[in-house]
This record gives sequence, structure tokens and C-alpha cells, in this order.
Amino acid sequence: MNEWNNDTVVEVFPAMWEGFIVVLQVTLVAGLIAVLLGLLVAIAERIGPPWVRRVVSGVFQFIRNTPLLVQVLFVWTATSLYINPEWSAFAVGSAVLGVHYASYTSESYRAGIEAIPVGQWEAATALSLPTHRVWGAIVLPQLLRRSSAAVANWIIAMFKEVPTLFVIGVLEMIAQAQKYQGQHYDGAVEGYTIAGILFLAASYPVAVAARRLENRLAKSHY
Amino acid sequence: MQNPITDAEHRPAAERGPATGPLVRFDRVNKSFGDLTVLDRLSFDVDPGERVTLIGPSGSGKTTILRLLMTLEHVTPTKDPAAEGGVIWVEGKPLSHMEKGNRLVVANERHLRQARKKIGMVFQSFNLFPNMRVLRNVTEAQVHTLGRSKDEAEAKARELLDLVGLSAKVDNYPSQLSGGQQQRVAIARALAMDPDILLLDEVTSALDPELVADVLGVLRDVADTTSITMLIVTHEMGFARDVSNRVMMFDRGVIVEEGAPDEIFSDPREARTQDFLRAVLAE
Repeated sequence: MNEWNNDTVVEVFPAMWEGFIVVLQVTLVAGLIAVLLGLLVAIAERIGPPWVRRVVSGVFQFIRNTPLLVQVLFVWTATSLYINPEWSAFAVGSAVLGVHYASYTSESYRAGIEAIPVGQWEAATALSLPTHRVWGAIVLPQLLRRSSAAVANWIIAMFKEVPTLFVIGVLEMIAQAQKYQGQHYDGAVEGYTIAGILFLAASYPVAVAARRLENRLAKSHY
Repeated sequence: MQNPITDAEHRPAAERGPATGPLVRFDRVNKSFGDLTVLDRLSFDVDPGERVTLIGPSGSGKTTILRLLMTLEHVTPTKDPAAEGGVIWVEGKPLSHMEKGNRLVVANERHLRQARKKIGMVFQSFNLFPNMRVLRNVTEAQVHTLGRSKDEAEAKARELLDLVGLSAKVDNYPSQLSGGQQQRVAIARALAMDPDILLLDEVTSALDPELVADVLGVLRDVADTTSITMLIVTHEMGFARDVSNRVMMFDRGVIVEEGAPDEIFSDPREARTQDFLRAVLAE
């Protein structure tokens, strides 16, 4: 068994840093998808015609209740075989991760919408405000305040699931550690350790910031 | 389409406003929630400029009447509205229904959006928008519903906030105001829409007793200085007596008794009204 080697740490670190940047890039793209698509899903489930609500609700229930790994492998294989083999693993992986987490963020948004007092909707109706103003000026500001901490927590959870994408060849940190080990027959433990530390270093401050945001919003005017 | 109910059929005995036709007409309106019938073939008229107070025990259907007028609830439809009624009319035009060919059909959202512009409502729990400052609470619908310019809406809002004694609070959020102040903003917000009909739904019930007088004072001013038609649901009998032209006593979705405030409060004919007033005045 190979022993821990500080020189290997120094050697593997640049590759791990490269992988970490990829993790951040995936998180940014998938996070945007999760934040925006989740919101659209929650709104569609609230105001869409009955058939839209049924379809959207069914599809996202399905996504929520099947493993991310299966979804990643399925979509990657299906797009490679039947749609376009040129699509990058980064693009497909980010999209699958974003859609998967949209199924969770939509639930947080849905809870936020349901928490808006019925009197707000009634006042908006009594004033005959157009739908886009009801959502844009009244519901969304209150909804985002109520849901932002929960959505931030989903994004942190998603960030920690980015290594799942190594199965389709996204060169994030786990893939980089394995690649290094494949080339040098060494360094996997050091690589995984660096990956863990980088994940912790990135997610802990974000979690603290999310908690502070939650506390600050709790003290705000609404 | 002409309102199919003649005035003679449904005009109440009490002294009424000018004979230009009713502003509001409930024509045999039914409203049920599941098996519970809240309004049972209810008919009454309200003339322009009239102030009508609805009294009665909880669950008698008073608030439902206001909510139907504000289109927050919808009437339980009848098979043939032209023959069986079940229609609410405002200014001689159907509110709960719309004309399709020669028939009346249940109104769609587009019709309701247009029809409800004539009506304003002040709620028991204020329902101000907590994410907007006081001024924007009063300008938002002026700009986006009535299409007024921002300057025009602001001028109107400042004038009304001055009327309700809150010109110093325009930049505050609702959460920074007392309940009475919030309710006065809500009154200003409703008046800013220049409604023909103002619905007041237990507007002092959620307030601490010492704040009630301010809100009622503002509403007395509004009643004295405008000709807005008002439908008022309240347990403040002194206010009802001062402000209204007519009082309607409800029980189980029907009008038990109606008349001028002095008649109803001083000399109620029906035992149900007597019991109710005794209970309310003893509180």
C-alpha cells in the first residue's frame, strides 16, 4: 500500500485545482438552471392549465424519485446515441444536474408560494392588477425572501454532487485524481483528500453566508 | 341586455336614493360551499350613493356578499340565469355573468377584471403589500391597472395619505406602522382607484380598541365628503348608525329585516334582530 506522500500532494494539486475550477463551472451552469427552472416549474404548477400542471408535476416527481447517477448515464447515453454525439460531457452533465436539482428547488419555491397569505392574492385581485405585476411586484419579492435560504442549501447540496459527473468523463476533481493515479500508479489518496478539503473550503463559507442571509431576511420588513 | 328584474319586484320598502336605477342588484343569488348554502336566492338593490350596513351573526352571509361583489367568490350558477336569476348586476350590467349572444353565461376572468374596476374593498386584515413602501402600496394599482402616470398616481396617493393622516409615513414599510395606520393606508389604496362602490369588510375587527376610533373617523370623513356607494359589514353599531342610510339584518343567507338605521337599532320588529342587537350591544 502506498503511504501518504507530501511531494505527491504538491504534484497532484494543479490537476485537482483544474478539477475544482470545473466543479465551480458546472455548479454555476447547473445552479442557474436549478434556480430558474425550479421557479418556472413552481409557477407553472400554480397557474398553468390543468394538463400543464399534471404533466409538469408528473415529470418532476419522476426526476426527484430516480437516482441522479442513473439520470446522468441515461441522458449521456441517449444523447450520444440518438441526438448528437458531439455534445460535451460538461454540457450534458450540467444540464442533467441542473434539471435534477430544479425538481428540489421547485418544491422550495412551491412552499414559498403557498406561504404567501391568501389576503395578498385577494388584495391584488381587488385592485385588478395584471398577472405579470401580481407575480413580478408582489409574489416574487415575497417568495424569493421566503425561499432563498432553502434554495441556497439545495445549490450547496448540488455542488457536492458534481463528482457524480465523472462517470461520463467530466474532468472534475475525482476524475482528475483517477487520471493522475492511472498515469503514476500513485496519488489517489492525496487527490481525494485535496478534493475533500477543497469542497469543504468552498461549501462551508457559502453555508455560513446562506445562514446569515436567512437571519437577515427574517429581520427584514416583510 | 336589459336587467330582467323590474324595480317594483325587488325594491325594498325602506326609503331609497335617487330613482336612476340601482347601482348594485342581487337577483336571486345563490352561493353554496359544498353542501353548505350561504346565500339562498338573495335579492336586494343598492342605489347610487347609498351607504348600506349589513349586520347579522357570524356565518349569516354578510362577508360572502362583499366577496361576491369583489369577485373573490363566484355565485353558484343557475341553469337559466335569464329566467331563474342568480346574477349580480352593477350599473345595469352583469358582474357575475357576461353576455354571450342573447344568453348570460358565467363570467370569465377577462370580464371580471374589467367589471371589478368600479369596485374597491378594504379588508379586515388590511392586506397591504409588505414588500412595498406605503406610497407604492397606493400608487401600484393606479399605474398598472388604471394606466395613470407615475407622477399623477403619486400626487393622488399623497393627497389621500394626507386625508387619512399618514403623509409623514409615505416612506415606511407596512410592518413599521400600527394596525390602525395600516388600515388607513388600505383605505387610501382603495380610494385611489376612484371606485364607484366601496366595500368595507369588518375593517376594525383586527384592531386594538384604541385604534378603532381613528379608522372610523377616516371613514366618516370619506362618507361625509364623497358620494361613494358603500356596503359595510361591521360590528360597530354606532358607526353603522351614523354613516348608513339603510341597515340590512341577515341570518342564514336571507334578509331578516331591513330599514333606516334608527328603525333597526331603536325599534327592531323581528325577534332575531332584537336578539342579535342585544348580544352585540352587550359585548
